[in-house]
Amino acid sequence: MNAHAITDDAAAVLHTAAVDLHIEGVNLSYGSNHVLKNVSLDIKPGEFFAFLGPSGCGKTTLLRLIAGFNTADSGRVVVGGRDISDLPPWKRDVGLVFQSYALWPHMSVARNVAFGLEERGVKRAEIQRRVAAALEIVGLGHLAERRPSQLSGGQQQRVALARTVVIEPKVLLLDEPLSNLDAKMRVQVRRELRDLQQRLGLTTIFVTHDQEEANTVCDRIAVMNDGVVQQVGTPVELYERPANLFVATFLGTANVLEGKVVTSGSDRHFESLGGLRIDIARDAVLPAEARLVFRPQVAKLSKEKPASASAFEGEIMRREFLGSVIRFGILIAGQEITVDEVFHPGAREPHAIGDRVWVEIPASSALWLGPGT
Amino acid sequence: MSLAFTQAPARRWRVPGTTGQIALALGLAAFLLAFLLVPVGSVIYVAFTEKGSGSFTLINFADFFRTDLFMRSFWNSAYVSAMTVVLASLFALPLAYITTRFEFRGALIIQTLGFVPLIMPPFVGAVAMQLLFGRNGSVNLLLNEYFGFRIPFMEGLNGVIFVQAIHYFPFILINLSAALRNIDRSMEEAAQNLGSSGMRMFRRIVLPLAMPGYVAGASLVFVKVFDDLATPLLLNVKDMLAPQAYLRVTSIGLTDPMGYVIAVVLIVVSVLAMWVSALALRGRDYATTQRGGGGLAKRTMRPWEQVVAYGVVGLILALVLAPHLGLLLLSFATIWSFSPLPDGFTVAHYARVFGESSVYIKNTLIYASIAGLIDVVVGTAIAYLVLRTKLIGRHWLDWAATAALAVPGVVLGIGYLRTFYDIRLPDGTPLATMWIVLVIALAIRRLPYALRACYAALQQISVSLEEAAENLGATKPRTVRRIVVPLMMGGILAGFVTSFATAAVELSATLMLVQSNADAPLAYGLYVFMQSAAGRGPGAALGVIAVVLVAACTLLSQYIIDRNQKTTGAAR
Repeated sequence: MNAHAITDDAAAVLHTAAVDLHIEGVNLSYGSNHVLKNVSLDIKPGEFFAFLGPSGCGKTTLLRLIAGFNTADSGRVVVGGRDISDLPPWKRDVGLVFQSYALWPHMSVARNVAFGLEERGVKRAEIQRRVAAALEIVGLGHLAERRPSQLSGGQQQRVALARTVVIEPKVLLLDEPLSNLDAKMRVQVRRELRDLQQRLGLTTIFVTHDQEEANTVCDRIAVMNDGVVQQVGTPVELYERPANLFVATFLGTANVLEGKVVTSGSDRHFESLGGLRIDIARDAVLPAEARLVFRPQVAKLSKEKPASASAFEGEIMRREFLGSVIRFGILIAGQEITVDEVFHPGAREPHAIGDRVWVEIPASSALWLGPGT
Repeated sequence: MSLAFTQAPARRWRVPGTTGQIALALGLAAFLLAFLLVPVGSVIYVAFTEKGSGSFTLINFADFFRTDLFMRSFWNSAYVSAMTVVLASLFALPLAYITTRFEFRGALIIQTLGFVPLIMPPFVGAVAMQLLFGRNGSVNLLLNEYFGFRIPFMEGLNGVIFVQAIHYFPFILINLSAALRNIDRSMEEAAQNLGSSGMRMFRRIVLPLAMPGYVAGASLVFVKVFDDLATPLLLNVKDMLAPQAYLRVTSIGLTDPMGYVIAVVLIVVSVLAMWVSALALRGRDYATTQRGGGGLAKRTMRPWEQVVAYGVVGLILALVLAPHLGLLLLSFATIWSFSPLPDGFTVAHYARVFGESSVYIKNTLIYASIAGLIDVVVGTAIAYLVLRTKLIGRHWLDWAATAALAVPGVVLGIGYLRTFYDIRLPDGTPLATMWIVLVIALAIRRLPYALRACYAALQQISVSLEEAAENLGATKPRTVRRIVVPLMMGGILAGFVTSFATAAVELSATLMLVQSNADAPLAYGLYVFMQSAAGRGPGAALGVIAVVLVAACTLLSQYIIDRNQKTTGAAR
């Protein structure tokens, strides 16, 4: 932790060998509502993994299924080579940090942290040693005798974390751990989480709806929507090579042009619904019913007509100042295209609302995606 | 041609609950069956069967409707209940109006009035009310001396109505005030914005919104009065339904079907009144305070309004405190007859009560403690099964326990006698005469209230607190012991104290089930004392002890709830 550096001794007390986690063909329904649809995931030992998706996508349901609070209709969960699907929650050894922290208000901080060890029948001296180590790791050793209600939100979250890691779980599950913190704390705590995870070497799953959180702390991300895993990959992979429209638009802003591919002899080009004609690279592999997708920053804006064939004239309808860039909305052939220009402090702004400008879409940076889910 | 297979994944078999949970549910079901459903069922069964042959018949009901005494009793009970509602509403309406519409310093006093019925059961004050408001009571003696007339406050049914209305009006006051306070100010402001104001707005907007609360309170009062056995008996009014049921069973015997018929009529009236109350509240959840400022706009009173308001509040307060004052005077009085105040004062009554009659107090403490304990244990178990498990039929436990609300004490008493009199212990004494049966009857009567307290306590605990314990390795029973029960403890204690306090002064079922003086609790002893003029002093002393006991319990329960909210309130 930044403010309270972890001593390596404390981390060593709680360090365990990391295990892998496999989710195999999991289906789950609440009545007629099919919440998880044939979900399979392989999470490597020591990996910081994220379930990312909008609310209602099934990510928290999947997390609670791993912890044993939901039962799958079919499929299984394997942790470190052992099928835990039929174990009750108290025998699973997967530590869950609740979104609400779920600290017991009738126990002190130290009693909260000691609970799991007491349930495991650990000797008193050992409990004291490990509780002290866990509280030191989260930098709350001096608040051990406080009640949870006497702590700030950030401190409560650390107690919840200490309470979970102290039992040395095989897997650490974090359910939206940052959602109850203010914006500034969120940035600090997510760094601390990453730091802690690295030191303990714990296989960790992080559930969030915030792509920035997932991108900054996680090794790999499973993007979920509507109970289906859309794509698994590193943050950069997901951003650069989204598997479908949902992933492309959920991770960052994207322009989507609907249209069709026209083939005449050896020449292929894309014709948008608005009539824009864009050349397609010779080696590009296109899915059926392709759409053209590109990020706002790959398009170039200019006052004069550029040499490129895939440049189009339009009118600036919208201007948003985002700090490092200025985002323009440009109406071209009936569709608004979003283009980011780097903001140079001190320089005179080249474009204003109502100006007519040229937008160049480099075919090399364009993505060709099939229909999204 | 293609066949589209939507392959539904094979469902894994889910066990609805653990063995422990199933065993617990079966145990609770057996308890409720044995001590509530079977006794009440046997009462209904006897009412509908022919004496001797055991075949189904309506002849008993025909007899009931043909007998003048029973019909008069029925209409008397209905009249007394209805008039009590009217009189109680006359007390409650101005108080509710004053506290919710105006900035009023006396609001705290009026809120405190809400605790009065808990502190003194009506039959305790009934005798004291005779001495204050009776034909030769203090008030009428003074009226006669100075103005030459008397007011028949306590003559016949008037006495029952008067005593019951003073006792029960806070139920209407509490419900009505809560309903008025729950009306969002924007409701009123919207009406004003559209041009309505004053009494017209009060009649068109405020009253309709508060009506469900009023009906709920009024129907509760109706049922309580209709079922009450002790107050009419103490005022020597016998031609009402509950006293008739008691007298039939105790004087003619257990085999006479009329007692059972009256019991069924009592149940039907109770269920009807609760149904009316449920209808009034269904779909009319007008509680709208979540959004704007809570409650109606209050304004300060003009001077003459203040005079009227304080006058009304003072008068009602004097009436409400009259039984307490009268009882206290009586308990210290040497002789109090044909005079506004007692002739002299003594502590001899207390000496007698604490001396030879201390067995009543001891029994009361034991019975009420065990009854309260049974209530919170059963209540906690049912609340847990209903809210935290998926056992099939768990709601039946809740419904069965709550059904006790509709069973008057007399009916439960008759049912117990009928069911348990024939069950003999090894030495030949009937089970129904054991004191523990009375304790269970007391527990069953209080169970619905204790159950609600336990529900409320458990609902305030976030499920994630239990899941966190399970996640860290605690099994379900361990989670209940280490997390659920400690967090519910405040609510459980409050439920215990309430059950204890009300069981301590219950008389309806007690009168039916107590067989010997040695096993009798305080309420029974009080009733016995009050039968003779010489016993009124010690009876009043016993009444004062009961009031002090219940008041102490009420304060204690309030203290526990407050403290509990402070320690755990800030946590989610």
